[in-house]
Amino acid sequence: MSTTDSPGGRAGTDWLAHAVLLLGVVLFALPLWIVLMGSSHDAATIGRGEVPLLPGPHAAENYAAAWGRGPTGVPVARMLWNSTVMALCVAVGKIAISILSAYAVVFFRLPGRNLVFWSIFLTLMLPVEVRIFPTFKVVSDLGLVNTYAGLIIPIIASATATLLFRQFFLTIPDEFVEAAKMDGAGPLRFFRDVVLPLSRTNMAALFVILFVYGWNQYLWPLLVATSEDVETVVIGMVKMIGSESNTDWSLVMTTCVLALLPPVLVVLLMQRWFVKGLTETEK
Amino acid sequence: MERKTVFEGKLLPCLLVAPQLLVTILFFFWPAGQAVWFAFLRQDAFGIRTSFVGLENFQDLFADPLYLETLRNTLVFAAGVSLIALTVALLLAVMADRQIRGAGLYRILLVWPYAIAPAVAAVLWIFLFHPQIGLLGRALNEAGLPFDYKLNGTQAMLVVILAAAWKQVSYNFIFFLAGLQSIPKSVLEAAAIDGARPAYRFWTVTFPLLSPTTFFLLVVNLVYAFFETFGVIDALTKGGPARATETLIYRAYIDGRVNLDLGMSSAQSVVLMLVVILLTAVQFRFIERRVHY
Repeated sequence: MSTTDSPGGRAGTDWLAHAVLLLGVVLFALPLWIVLMGSSHDAATIGRGEVPLLPGPHAAENYAAAWGRGPTGVPVARMLWNSTVMALCVAVGKIAISILSAYAVVFFRLPGRNLVFWSIFLTLMLPVEVRIFPTFKVVSDLGLVNTYAGLIIPIIASATATLLFRQFFLTIPDEFVEAAKMDGAGPLRFFRDVVLPLSRTNMAALFVILFVYGWNQYLWPLLVATSEDVETVVIGMVKMIGSESNTDWSLVMTTCVLALLPPVLVVLLMQRWFVKGLTETEK
Repeated sequence: MERKTVFEGKLLPCLLVAPQLLVTILFFFWPAGQAVWFAFLRQDAFGIRTSFVGLENFQDLFADPLYLETLRNTLVFAAGVSLIALTVALLLAVMADRQIRGAGLYRILLVWPYAIAPAVAAVLWIFLFHPQIGLLGRALNEAGLPFDYKLNGTQAMLVVILAAAWKQVSYNFIFFLAGLQSIPKSVLEAAAIDGARPAYRFWTVTFPLLSPTTFFLLVVNLVYAFFETFGVIDALTKGGPARATETLIYRAYIDGRVNLDLGMSSAQSVVLMLVVILLTAVQFRFIERRVHY
């Protein structure tokens, strides 16, 4: 089972690979197909349990209704905006904070830099889930509950990104730094003209991973963003299911499609960088 | 590892690391320290007096049969999710690694679920397994097999495991495929020339060479199952029925948020912290690579 052109019977087993892969593709796509089709039918059809597998006539009105008003009164457009702000700020913020601190650790003789390095490293062991209530206390003492800042800043430090940039910076040849010094370029100039352009691929890869991470946050927004002004779409969608009996399932499906589309598009459009970035950052 | 040539100056680098350190101290170390400290405290029923109780919270926790039940659930859940997500991903990766027509297209169609939030995955699976409006759930009931994950604990566990594993397969697939592609072709050709059959070649050559990837993924999958699946549980079962799908993280959340028992919730956070530290340490000990968060 390999890529080698082994003698004998490779073509004979190709059908097996196709069969397994097709089955995998269908298993992945089926749930998505169901919500996609369901979002084009009215609530009564879904409620009867007909589970339509073909498109229906109500797509336009469902999406218009969700976009404008939303089943719980909060427009889904508003939730999507909140999720977009959160995902973008988390991704861009994490990249900015990490690249600056990695630059300081690698290109200077920073006092106490081992301490700095280890403190960044230790954050790996403290995912937001295990420090959730004390973190909430800090955010609430700072008056940041139900604000974008409260939603974003507590998850914005990234050990993974810092370690990736550090690793990459260590591979930049010393000659570059010497040349910059000879030309009289200071550290900020060197950062802007040499380091930033060289880091473009790494930044693109991290952007995809961190955008998805930010968009898909659940436990933290559930606790800190309870007002509809800052409610994210993933939380809003789950809230719509609240009481089973009077759930408008076709609008849940519509919102579900809207909630999963942006991160899926980001991954598909930036697939090349994403796969490379993922396997390089996380090993 | 260090650079030979560096820039002079003390103030600038301090300013550059300041944002990272500030966020880390304020939102990571300080709250984590508090969680540890609260784990040794207990408030009276009115929330007026707080006293230091040593390890009592931990003793109570592990004496609580419901907590042990939750611990057992979590282990079943984590083992189920990891096993399914790893096996399916390895099978798909081995197939996608072959030079067949459309291999690139297959890869795209297998990678996108990475972008799905755990809570969204759970909602997708509602429409598969819901007893009235789900494709499979309804079919099972019509075929005379009673299926309702809101009433039957075993079925509930099965559904949350499947939904959580479904979302994780893509991630594992990407890593397995990268691992397979980094195996030198000459090794496999040598085995082929020696007359080893494909299946035999896989188990004696490919699989051992993949073991660092497998081990890394096992730890990542366990961390995922322990911590990141909160959304799956919350959207599908809310820990029910009768706590059958309550995991450690879900219980810690309920105790802190709903029961407002800060001491017990903190003790649980400390237990979870130890789990992460243990998993991270294991990962470091066995593969000397940088770690995953």
